[in-house]
Amino acid sequence: MSAVPVLAVDNLSVEFRTRGGIVKALEQVTFSVNKGEMVAIVGESGSGKSVTAFTVMGILDAAGRVSQGTASFGGLDVLQASEAVMRDIRGREMSMIFQNPRVALNPIRRVGDQIADVLLQHGNVTRREAPKRAIEMLTRVRIPDPERRAKAYPFELSGGMCQRIMIAIALSCAPKLLIADEPTTGLDVTTQAAIMDLIAELGAEQGMSTLLITHDLGMAAEYCDQIVVMHAGHIVEMAPTAELFAHPRHPYTAKLIAATPKPTARLMDLAAIPGNLPDLRAAEIPPCRYSARCERRQSRCDQALPYVLGEQKGSMVACWNPL
Amino acid sequence: MSEFFKKPLLDAQSLHKQFTVGKKPGLFAKAPKDWFRADRPVAKLHAVDDVTFTIGKGEVLGLVGESGCGKSTLVRLLTRLLDLTDGSIRLDGEEIGHLPAKGFGKSPYRPRIQMVFQDAGDSLNPRFTAFAAIADPIQRLKPLPRADLKLRVEALATMCGLPLELLGRFPHQLSGGQKARVGIARAIAVEPDLLILDEPTAALDVSVQVVILQLLEDLKKRLGMSYLFVSHDLNVVRLLCDRVMVMYLGRIVETGPAEEVFRNPAHPYTKALLSAIPHFDQVKGSGAPPVPRLRISGEPRSPIDPSPKVCRFYGRCPKGQDACTESMPLLHGVGLEHSAGHSVACHFPVSDTDRKTAAVSLIEDVA
Repeated sequence: MSAVPVLAVDNLSVEFRTRGGIVKALEQVTFSVNKGEMVAIVGESGSGKSVTAFTVMGILDAAGRVSQGTASFGGLDVLQASEAVMRDIRGREMSMIFQNPRVALNPIRRVGDQIADVLLQHGNVTRREAPKRAIEMLTRVRIPDPERRAKAYPFELSGGMCQRIMIAIALSCAPKLLIADEPTTGLDVTTQAAIMDLIAELGAEQGMSTLLITHDLGMAAEYCDQIVVMHAGHIVEMAPTAELFAHPRHPYTAKLIAATPKPTARLMDLAAIPGNLPDLRAAEIPPCRYSARCERRQSRCDQALPYVLGEQKGSMVACWNPL
Repeated sequence: MSEFFKKPLLDAQSLHKQFTVGKKPGLFAKAPKDWFRADRPVAKLHAVDDVTFTIGKGEVLGLVGESGCGKSTLVRLLTRLLDLTDGSIRLDGEEIGHLPAKGFGKSPYRPRIQMVFQDAGDSLNPRFTAFAAIADPIQRLKPLPRADLKLRVEALATMCGLPLELLGRFPHQLSGGQKARVGIARAIAVEPDLLILDEPTAALDVSVQVVILQLLEDLKKRLGMSYLFVSHDLNVVRLLCDRVMVMYLGRIVETGPAEEVFRNPAHPYTKALLSAIPHFDQVKGSGAPPVPRLRISGEPRSPIDPSPKVCRFYGRCPKGQDACTESMPLLHGVGLEHSAGHSVACHFPVSDTDRKTAAVSLIEDVA
């Protein structure tokens, strides 16, 4: 672990202009990813996981605006960088695996060519070498019969294989940071395990850092070193994986763990999380956006959110009355 | 309880469904030389192949398998949305398998088998309010006068935990959990005996998933329905189901009481499935020794004109041997107690000695 993190997001806030008003999608998000580390961002849908990833990649929707904060990638502030610089970095230094590979891949271009495109853009390969390198990449993501598959169109491949193509594209230039946005949603458990093993293995091989965005706590527990829990655009808790599961400190984290089906629990033991995410369009959102759903709410909860650092490095909880 | 299960509600015997594949010759295409032969070979995709099972009254049967294994085709056969190629389906002793799918909507059996679809958002008509969506099957299948209809829909909404003020809303104005509730209320509106649930919680967050699962459990107790619960989330299946069936490429490879199958999987595929679930006891960095994982590689075999002699899992199976290509394994009883109804279709199931040691280690764990 080097002293300088690969990615350091500091005090990041993002707003979206909508017809219904300004949505404060992210507020004061601070976290970092170290070299070779796998960090998970977990939370319900609508908690701001993907917005965080898109902001870091510089591919935020036009309606979105970064209102404050910085995101530093190897010393470069990606939020201030010009589009030309970002184009050069994206795909080479940091790359992303999207949620639905069938949508993210170009449906009318052969998958081998799609990998070659990225290599030609960034990889200093000649036009003649590129197809060969593409086949090499297909071999690395363990696609059987790579020469033939390179000529296939995405619709000819299964969901698991399309996801492998996405991984091959993402890893083709050996990036320093991989952002995987729910890489296995919609895939079968057996395929999911194979894909996650592959990401973890290739990551370890290249010393790559990974930011995994997921709502599956089990997966985060198994593969990640550090977990960031998000709720309604806030980071509510952050801790090394083992510590987070052994001693969740934020009430929301505890509820989330209790709601996840485990091999040993019975249905009646699982507890639902009452209430919904607050409406982020409202002018007056309480400082703690979980307070309306919280059982441990106190009068101090109406004051500005505290960011209490834990004893261990990289642990933090944003709660007045933690467990 | 087991006596109760003995009289099956649904009895499916050797169901087969094959789809014809391949290009149909166009109008101006050269006719194949053997066009006059009625038995000209056509490629067939065996989507469901010799599937036999029963569902008892009040029982929850889980159906597990990866995408493309024929789960959805089986579900569509049972709900009579597709015609069978061969086999028989009996509901309460009455044969319904021969009824054509096209006219089944008007048959008296339609209200007795209902379905909750996978994505509640996609399966609701965007131009129907929640009220209209729930009232629609009642109006079609068991018509009620207007005033009674309103009371009935409100009772259903209350039963499914849907606030009455939401009944006037359209699907896009409802949250994922609320849409799932509408989907369930609509399915139980005509008081079915058998409810088929096709991944009802796949699109939901864990926090909402728990609520929906508990609602389903509660409704089953109150209304005495049987469920066929289709899912690929094994942790969810385990929570709700009495028995499970594991399906692989059109065939049932393992079936038995849920606890037994999850504790002592006998088929290598079941074992791989269970091994693929992320576990909380495997928290990274907690110092827990890593459990060796059984991973299967490769792609499934082609379901088009499969050899009737070769096990469908052959080629991906870590235990595959020559014997697996010589005769198709059939379901046979396994386990320490053969009477438990645990059976597996494998020539080399995880052996009883393996499971005895596993059982011992389990006991040690408890102690």
